[in-house]
Parts: sequence; structure tokens; C-alpha cells
Amino acid sequence: MTDPAASAGDLPEQLAAIVEDFGALTERDRLQLLLDFSRELPELPPHLADHRDQMEPVAECQSPLFLMVEVDATQTVHLYFDAPAEAPTTRGFASILREGLEGLSAPQVLAVPDDVPNRLGLSAAVSPLRLNGMAGMLFRIKRQVREKSAPAAAAS
Amino acid sequence: MSLPLDPDPKLAQYAHPERLVTTAFLAEHLGAAGLVVVESDEDVLLYDTGHIPGSVKVDWHTELNDQVTRDYLDGARFAALMSAKGISRDTTVVIYGDKSNWWAAYALWVFSLFGHPDVRLLDGGRAKWIAEGRPTTTDVPAPSSPAQYPVVERDDAPLRAFKDDVLARIGQTKDGKPLIDVRSPQEYTGERTHMPDYPQEGTLRGGHIPGAQSVPWARAAAEDATFKPRAELEAIYEGEKGLTPADDVIAYCRIGERSSHTWFVLAHLLGYPTVRNYDGSWTEWGNAVRVPIALGEEP
Repeated sequence: MTDPAASAGDLPEQLAAIVEDFGALTERDRLQLLLDFSRELPELPPHLADHRDQMEPVAECQSPLFLMVEVDATQTVHLYFDAPAEAPTTRGFASILREGLEGLSAPQVLAVPDDVPNRLGLSAAVSPLRLNGMAGMLFRIKRQVREKSAPAAAAS
Repeated sequence: MSLPLDPDPKLAQYAHPERLVTTAFLAEHLGAAGLVVVESDEDVLLYDTGHIPGSVKVDWHTELNDQVTRDYLDGARFAALMSAKGISRDTTVVIYGDKSNWWAAYALWVFSLFGHPDVRLLDGGRAKWIAEGRPTTTDVPAPSSPAQYPVVERDDAPLRAFKDDVLARIGQTKDGKPLIDVRSPQEYTGERTHMPDYPQEGTLRGGHIPGAQSVPWARAAAEDATFKPRAELEAIYEGEKGLTPADDVIAYCRIGERSSHTWFVLAHLLGYPTVRNYDGSWTEWGNAVRVPIALGEEP
């Protein structure tokens, strides 16, 4: 097995901390931690709650999930997710990415390796199929960051 | 020791009312000796957010599937799983779950491969129980006295179809050997290879098995996640699609989960004696070498 600390070395600090937390637990406790994350996913802010149609659906998730990335004037990334209470696994994945990526700079988010979902030690307990949903979220987050952080380049 | 049958008149209309219980009946019998309630969901954490008091979780992916071979548990491991869940061979098992009992029906089908004598679905599943304001808890029941489930080998033949069984009936689907494709219309036509809003599951080609008729599984479910009345089910499968109880039916979907729901409807609610689930389904068929597919809306 890979040492969790070693496999988190190339991640932003706040995401590395989450990967290390999961790595330190038994399989059963990892599921409990994922459940805790699902409970901590914040509600949508008012400016998005009324405009869910502007959010991007994540087709790779087993349950309906919508996400929206905002990149502010300082190139700081903000993440918003919407998923129903009946989809705690999906909410947990979203919540991990939110806590792991919120407030980072656009280049930092774009540098996050695509295999992060596989570093949480959840493959056996959650199944690789379900982890596809998290990979789909990360993929779409990075695409939105790319689109929204380089408006000048995109327009030229 | 097993539970009495639910005498509810809604269930009496079906061919095998002994395969269903109502939420009211389950509420009345919770905690009864000889009963184990099983929650089986698509979402692996949903049980942990709150479940019917005393119920145990069985996860379709991590517990019912073999993790190496694409197959189900063998008899020894099923016995170990059942024993750990407090289930004996004479236990009445009531299974419920999310998504109109779609995964619960899948679990029930797997229990049936091992011939578990008394296994029933909760009509309306998790959604109806919660909508009625019935109690839930996050307490996981302590394994009481672990049960001793005997090692019973799976008997796949009556309930399970394989690729070669399906291949052999191409061209005969109008001669009493119908194929029912229960996926979404877009998957059936070949427009897409997975459910709307669901993960891609690695299928090379989209479409359906030649001759298969399209009846999306959810047509059998009512708004409140219960099964539709028998007359409405007959109107769909017999009136519209021309099935008869004499047919030798095979149902399929993508990995065999949605078609378990349809299998339950045909076998237990309409009482068809010969219904099998092709669990290889489109993830096998759509990738297999030298098998034909059909595109578009026609069978």
C-alpha cells in the first residue's frame, strides 16, 4: 500500500489534509467520515438557489448533482454544489472537493491531479463505479475554472 | 418461524401477494421474532443517514457481487453474509430501498438465486415509509445471536439468463421467447449508452438486442414508489407489448439491476412462471464480439 502521506505530497495543503485523514482510518471509519462530509455540504447561496438551471449537471454521478464554479477578480476559486439529501455519497464527494479546493487560486485547482478520488481509500467500501462520480466532478470543476479564469484569452 | 402474510387487499390482486408487505403491516410487525428487515440502496451511505429501526444494510455492490469474477456470491459466502446479518433459512426477510425499490428488487432476485424461502419487498420502499412519517433511526442493530445459515448453492438456471441464451433466441422473440429491454428510451435507441444523468459504464456501442421490446422499468412503479395495480401492469406488458403468461421471458438492462424490478413484476405480480433476468445485460452485450445489435425505435 502507498503511504497516504506520500500520496498527498503533491496536493494543496487543505486537500492533502483530507486525503491524510481518510488514509489514517479503517475502512468502516472512512465511510463514517464521508457521511460527516455529506452533512457539512453548505446550502446554496441565494444567488444560486434561485438559478439552479445555470449550474452544470454532473452526468457521472449516480444521483443528480449540480455544480457551479466562480472565479473572482483575484483569481480565487469558489465552489457551489447542489445534491439531494437522499444522495449522501454524492454529497460527501462534493463536500470533500469543496473543502479541499475552496479558496485556492485557479492555477492551484488546475494543478490538482485527476486521481485524487482514488487516494481516499474508498474503492473497496464505496466501489470504483461510485468513485467515477467524484472524478466527473473534479473534471468539470477544472474545466469551468479554465473557462472562467481566462476570459481574455478565450475572447481573443 | 416466519411472519404471517399481509392480508392487505391491495396485495391480494397480485399473483403472489406473499412476496409483498405494506408499510402498515411492516410497522405493526417490526421487532417480531423471525423477521429481519434489509435495506438495499443504490447509495451506499443512505442507510447510515437513517433507516427503519432494526433493519440491516446489504450493499449490492460490495456484498452481493463477487469482487473478482463478474458473478454473485457463492453458497458459502452467501451463508456467511446471511449469518452475519442475523438471517436464518426460515427467517422472513423484508427488503426495501431507494429509487422505487429498484436495488431492493435486485437484492431480492439474488436472494432468490439461493432459493431463500420467504423473502418479500416492502411496497413503496424507503420513500413511502419516510413520506408517511414513520420512524427511522441511525442506530445500527447489534448483531444479536449470529444466525446459522446453511450453505445452499445458487440455482441460476430458473432465474438467470446468460449471453448464449439470449443469442439463441434472436429471431424467435415473436415466437413466445420475448426479450424486454427495461432501459430508458435513449439507451434503447442507441442515442446514449447510460441512463440520463448516470455514469458511463464503458459500453462501446449503443442500441438494443435485436427483437427486444422497450418497456422502461419505471413504468411499473406508481408516483409513491409502490407497484402499479395489476390491471395497469397487464395493460402495459400484455395489452401494449403482447406478452402472455405462457411466454419464456428474458429481461435485461445495463447491469441487471433495473431488470430485476421488471423480473419481480412479471414473476411475482403477474405470476409468469418463466421469467429470467439477463444480468450481463448491455454492459456485456454492447461490448461482446460477434453479437448483433439493433438501433432506433423498432425492435
